[in-house]
Amino acid sequence: MLPPAKSTTAEATDALFHFINVTSVILLIGITIAILYFSWKFRRRSDDDVTPVIAHNSKLEITWSVIPLILVMIVFGWGFSGYLNLTTAPDDAYEIRVVGKSWLWEFHYETGHVSIGELHVPANRPVKLIMSSDDVLHSFYIPDYRVKMDVLPNRYTSLWFEATEVGESVIFCTEYCGTAHSNMLATAYVHTLEDFETWLETAGSADDDMDPVELGEQLVTRNACATCHSSDGSRLQGPSFQGLWQSERTMEDGEVVIADENYIRESILDPNARITQGYQPIMPTYAGSINDRQIDAIIEYIKTLQ
Amino acid sequence: MATNDSTTNAKRIQVRRYKPEEHPEKHYLNEEKGLWAWLTTVDHKKIGLMYLGSIAFFFFIGGVLALLLRTELLTPARSFMDADVYNQVFTLHGAIMIFFFLIPAGPAVLGNFILPLQLGAKDVAFPRLNLASYYIYVIGAIFTLVAIFTGGVDTGWTFYTPYSATTGGNVMAMTIGVFILGFSSILTGLNFIVTIHKMRAPGITWNKLPLNLWALYATSLIQILATPVLAITVLLLTMERALGIGIFDPALGGDPVLYQHFFWFYSHPAVYIMIVPGFGIISEVISTFSRKIIFGYWAIALSSLAIAFIGFLVWGHHMFTAGQSSLANMVFSFLTFLVGIPTGIKIFNWLATMYRGSIDMKTPMVYAMVFLFLFTIGGFTGIMLGALSVDIHLHDTYYVVAHFHYVMMGGMVMAFLAGLHYWWPKMFGKMYSELWAKVSCALLFVGFNMTFLPQFVMGAQGMPRRYFNYIDQFQSFHQFSTIGAYVMGVAFLLMAGYMLHSLIKGKPAGSNPWGSRALEWQTSSPPELHNFHHTPVVINGPYDYHKPMSEFQLGIVSSHNGHHAEETVSVPKSEKEQA
Repeated sequence: MLPPAKSTTAEATDALFHFINVTSVILLIGITIAILYFSWKFRRRSDDDVTPVIAHNSKLEITWSVIPLILVMIVFGWGFSGYLNLTTAPDDAYEIRVVGKSWLWEFHYETGHVSIGELHVPANRPVKLIMSSDDVLHSFYIPDYRVKMDVLPNRYTSLWFEATEVGESVIFCTEYCGTAHSNMLATAYVHTLEDFETWLETAGSADDDMDPVELGEQLVTRNACATCHSSDGSRLQGPSFQGLWQSERTMEDGEVVIADENYIRESILDPNARITQGYQPIMPTYAGSINDRQIDAIIEYIKTLQ
Repeated sequence: MATNDSTTNAKRIQVRRYKPEEHPEKHYLNEEKGLWAWLTTVDHKKIGLMYLGSIAFFFFIGGVLALLLRTELLTPARSFMDADVYNQVFTLHGAIMIFFFLIPAGPAVLGNFILPLQLGAKDVAFPRLNLASYYIYVIGAIFTLVAIFTGGVDTGWTFYTPYSATTGGNVMAMTIGVFILGFSSILTGLNFIVTIHKMRAPGITWNKLPLNLWALYATSLIQILATPVLAITVLLLTMERALGIGIFDPALGGDPVLYQHFFWFYSHPAVYIMIVPGFGIISEVISTFSRKIIFGYWAIALSSLAIAFIGFLVWGHHMFTAGQSSLANMVFSFLTFLVGIPTGIKIFNWLATMYRGSIDMKTPMVYAMVFLFLFTIGGFTGIMLGALSVDIHLHDTYYVVAHFHYVMMGGMVMAFLAGLHYWWPKMFGKMYSELWAKVSCALLFVGFNMTFLPQFVMGAQGMPRRYFNYIDQFQSFHQFSTIGAYVMGVAFLLMAGYMLHSLIKGKPAGSNPWGSRALEWQTSSPPELHNFHHTPVVINGPYDYHKPMSEFQLGIVSSHNGHHAEETVSVPKSEKEQA
């Protein structure tokens, strides 16, 4: 029933899950058999049936109060001790800052590099995420690691995990946050320690030798622009990129502007300065998250979408 | 007739047996005619039926919304509605089903109809207040409908801040509607408590009170104590939205976690407002159809009160991942498990009642068995969610959605249907088709499990709730679930069909078709306007099936009604007489 367990704490959580499941199924089968058996065995034979007076039975009642009580206390203790492990990050955990915005996840690394929609972590090393939100409540959830924590606008929350194998896992937002809540996904990439360090060193310059249009296309996906802006003319939460370039745009206040380089740049860095008619001022700012060269590449890409 | 000789706390009453009239010509449905007579009635039975009509309407709306949601989820991304529309639809489905169906279904519909009958009273203590609470419900409902048609609401039924403080749509009309609705609930609770204390027929002592009334009593306490907190919460939310007063929105210096504490301080006890009346119904139905004294009367009665009490102390289990302290999480997890114990005790008591009974599997009893099975699953999955480490994984996934529906639909809706089928002959004097009722019940059972069992699996695999779009691996579960929802839709249409048919062409039910000993069956079906021709006198417990029916049909003989006393019984004096 559960997804693959890919963190050091996942197995302990799963063990309790299975314990409760198995115990519940046994009890449920018992209760169901009792219902079916009683219904058949004690079915009404005649309208004059006389039933015995059994008003209570102290031994029986104590038994069926105490046994469940013991069972739930086991579950309580087990769940609480597992929870303590989940909330106590090891001291040597590698720290990454996480920012939730409607509707993308931003990850800030110690080098100053920022990745959007991609969380890169080393395997076999505890990682601690220190999280906050720029707007409403979000919740950061990686099913494969069995970790989840709400992300709030007025304080930091944190969670930690230690990934056990190299690979990819999906990240969901699990606190309802509006229109594109269900598209607020990200991917956790787990590298070996060496690969992670290499990635961290080169992450800022990895795109250097890429063709601008190709880079722009990648950035649009990677930065979750595509969550709200289509490339094929269909209407999502924001205007489509197709046919945007050099078109006349009517703003909410009636102003008409041409979608040129400066317009696109402003829309990325200060998205709510001008709002196209018929749309909501909901886009988060990308100031500080992407650099000028990346903005150039996105503009080049949009130019190709005529 | 075995009764104690008079002591200082007893009084002697001249009684005779009053056999209920089998096919009354005059009863509460035909004594006053016309729309105006209905709209201005203070009769608890008619008010109960008006509530029944209203909640049936809202259940239909909420059900259609659910089918729209399930249809949209047949494919990932857009099938036929946009994300914004989807978000409004799931918000309305939740808000309508909870505030306009589940909360009034127990107390306001079945409680209103049955409570005075089970007490042997003519009406509730404050009949006009009772009518007022119906109209307050209607006004609250109008606000909600206004909200739907003037921009909609897309916050989820929980109205979490800061999203609810910033999103578009008409959140204020909705929260004002919920605010108004709360008063309806409070007044009903108040009315019931006073009625149970003050209007019991001679001989109904606390240990002869039907378990249905113990359950309604516990429910009423929660309604009075918890609902004001909801009122305060939505009022603060409305002030924040309208006046910009910062209470919950961090942008204004507020705290969103505070909102969650406020909200769940009401909304967790509120799930007991929804389910505890169901426990009462199930106790009545199982005893009647097993024709046997209820097992563990006091255990069942007191566990309702225990649930009502502990239910106030567990709200924090909705917030294990919200950012409250580990200590708070531990305490709330612990208390959550404690509330499971009295619930488990009830299940065992009901089973023990069936043991060596004379079980007649009529439709209400079938629904009671469906309740036992589904509610037990709901309870066990609640234990799963109460376990801290597991909840971290399952919180806000479809596992929670499935758990909630097993408790609320598998629990309360099945109990409500058990009660509705049980008391339908009393309400209308007509019998529905037993065959079609069982067919519909079977369809409902199959459809329900098809809909919600896959959601446990999806949730355990990580599918988050309130998702318009989803990753491909969940599609087959969603499709299965949607087919199950359609099956349930068919079952409910069928039910509406045979229920309405029974009103026109149903066979006359007779006063007591189930052979029950309970007091509401010792008057004609439908009852006369003032419930009983006489003042009932109760000398046995409501589940004393080992005693002859004649002992359950006694009433006071007064000198001017021309009857002759057959015998004299002694009953305990009421509190007032003792004082």
